[in-house]
Amino acid sequence: MQLANSENAAKDGVGMPEKTGNLTTESKAGRTPMVVARDVDVFYGDKQALFGIDMDILPNEVTALIGPSGCGKSTFLRCLNRMNDVIEGCRVEGRISVDGQDIFDRALDVVHLRARVGMVFQKPNPFPKSVFDNVAYGPKIHGLSSSKDELEEIVMTSLEKAGLIEEVKDRLHQPGTGLSGGQQQRLCIARAIAIQPEVILMDEPCSALDPIATAKIEELIDELRENYTIVIVTHNMQQAARVSQRTAFFHLGKLLEFGDTDQIFTNPSVERTRDYITGRFG
Amino acid sequence: MSDTAGTGTVKTGLPRKNINEVVSAGIRRRYAAERRFRAYGLAAIGFAIFALTTLLVTIVGTGYSAFTQTMLELEITLYPQDIDPEGNRDPKVLSTANYQALVRQSLRDLFPEVTTRQERRRLNGLVSDGATFQVRRAVLDDPSIIGQRISILVPMSDDIDQFMKGHISAEVPESDRRVSDQEIAWLERLQDRNLVHRTFNWTFFTSGDSREPELAGIWGALVGSLLTMSVTLALAFPLAVATAIYLEEFAPKNRWTDLIEVNINNLAAVPSIVFGLLGLAVFLNFFGLPRSAPLVGGMVLALMTLPTIIIAARASIKAVPPWIREAALGLGASRMQVVFQHTLPLAMPGILTGTIIGMAQALGETAPLLMIGMIAFIVDIPQGVTDPATVLPVQVFLWSDAPERAFVERTSAAIMVLLSFLIVMNAFAIYLRKRFERRW
Ligand SMILES: Nc1ncnc2c1ncn2[C@@H]1O[C@H](COP(=O)(O)OP(=O)(O)OP(=O)(O)O)[C@@H](O)[C@H]1O
Ligand SMILES: [Mg+2]
Repeated sequence: MQLANSENAAKDGVGMPEKTGNLTTESKAGRTPMVVARDVDVFYGDKQALFGIDMDILPNEVTALIGPSGCGKSTFLRCLNRMNDVIEGCRVEGRISVDGQDIFDRALDVVHLRARVGMVFQKPNPFPKSVFDNVAYGPKIHGLSSSKDELEEIVMTSLEKAGLIEEVKDRLHQPGTGLSGGQQQRLCIARAIAIQPEVILMDEPCSALDPIATAKIEELIDELRENYTIVIVTHNMQQAARVSQRTAFFHLGKLLEFGDTDQIFTNPSVERTRDYITGRFG
Repeated sequence: MSDTAGTGTVKTGLPRKNINEVVSAGIRRRYAAERRFRAYGLAAIGFAIFALTTLLVTIVGTGYSAFTQTMLELEITLYPQDIDPEGNRDPKVLSTANYQALVRQSLRDLFPEVTTRQERRRLNGLVSDGATFQVRRAVLDDPSIIGQRISILVPMSDDIDQFMKGHISAEVPESDRRVSDQEIAWLERLQDRNLVHRTFNWTFFTSGDSREPELAGIWGALVGSLLTMSVTLALAFPLAVATAIYLEEFAPKNRWTDLIEVNINNLAAVPSIVFGLLGLAVFLNFFGLPRSAPLVGGMVLALMTLPTIIIAARASIKAVPPWIREAALGLGASRMQVVFQHTLPLAMPGILTGTIIGMAQALGETAPLLMIGMIAFIVDIPQGVTDPATVLPVQVFLWSDAPERAFVERTSAAIMVLLSFLIVMNAFAIYLRKRFERRW
């Protein structure tokens, strides 16, 4: 992966805060954004997948990324914890900072970044280990607990926060892969929050789930908002409207519109957004 | 659909009836093809089973008799003046005493009428040279029996043994027979006195090679095989797994890694004798390592087994679903942690299966070992990886070349032992595969 952040910054001659000011989505409440993306371009080989994305993601809010298939939602999401690094031929340009720190900074180890920016994937992907070990894995590798009891407490609170504790408290040591799809996804959420990230990225977390499991996860997302910053990709407009405070509409690799969810869903300023939301295309 | 039924046509304009006919004609043809295919498959399996059964029946048929040995019950008087004239039971004295004379005396006691030198020599030939060792061992084990008259089972010579097992027929004219009429007559008298016994052939499993078939065993070759395999495993497994991990998880995909990959695949197809020549040139001539040693044999076989394990390991690492890695990376695991905590444990059953199959191949390998001198006639059981040794398949090769009739059955018996090891190894590979099989 090749980075061109410093070059860009030098060329523009503009610091981040000033540029933020130009955005229509400037934080009204005056809160400092948790994640700031500036002029992000992503290339897969020669093919450009994202074009100059600027976005501010506010803390303790749910930001929904919507848009037609292939428009680059997942690509953008994966930029935020540098999961694109592992994709052969993928190149990210531009600047992204999390909690004020440039994530492409050489001094920042990607391991630290991913400990701060957790991810929940589209398909539930528990490790083929026990429920307990699944949740304990993150704290273990980061050394978050000094004793067995402490580890157990982390696991239990994480499971509780993920709303799974009632269902799995008798089968903590059975394989996590033996749970139902919705339970597995909540297990993955528990696993992600066990390392206490600041941001949680979710890529279509409910697409493999039935409405009841989906409702549970949406409820959970709403609760998690209190402590975490959440970015969620979804194809479900109702879901975006229900769980998010802010919505970003992507189209063909560009961020067409970004604003309060209420405003986007009731009175979008861009024609394409309206068409997409009302189901006229996409 | 309903309106197409009404008009009798579909959108392509073809009459609907026609399509049905075409389809059903096609179906008949498809089923016929399927039946033919199944018949071919059954025929192939039938042939394979036939060939395998023939092989097994031949080998077991010739080999099973090697597991027993004809023994003679001898009454031997252990005169103290012959064995231990000083009477201080010094083991050195005990082990150098002339036990052969005792055995011969005991035979002469059985047949007092035998007097001529020539006849006596024949009579002595009834029992194996091993009889002497047997008596000596009995004395050394328990010196208190000196002075007593003991009854001891000693192996009979290989020709007598073969005659007793029916491999040498009495019908054949005496001149073409390895057992003379007189020997047969003696044997009959011994049988009448109920002194001839057939016992399980422990010697075959506990001793090394010998010029005398009745004293020859596979233990030496078996130990040689085990030592060689240990060296092979110790070298090939870590190297191959490390290579596979690097190539799959860390190496950039470029022309160089492509080249390496092609070469590894080519290496798997190199005839094994070439590895033997390489071993001879490099390990023996250049590095001056000992000849006939399991160390060098193991190194040569490791070279041969490497590509097999690498290919199997890469395949099973590749089979670990990418989302396991993503999940771990997403939690902030480093690439090393992902490999050693997730990918490798999940790929291990496949890697082990490949390893066992590679080791089974190596266990049956002969040609490269001939090149580095593991074909020598070695009586002593190897004690370490630098001692001269031979291996099971080479032992089979050596015996199959020996002129004595008794080595024929021993060859087959050794093959049976070798095959049982291979079957056990493959069964273990299958067990591993079944036991750890995962559906994602
Ligand atoms: N690994 C990859 N290699 C090459 N091109 C890729 C890769 N991943 C994504 N792309 C391309 O990048 C573009 C954006 O893909 P992305 O996965 O971000 O879309 P998306 O908005 O998440 O779509 P969906 O809603 O279907 O998940 C697409 O055109 C896709 O073909
Ligand atoms: Mg996607």
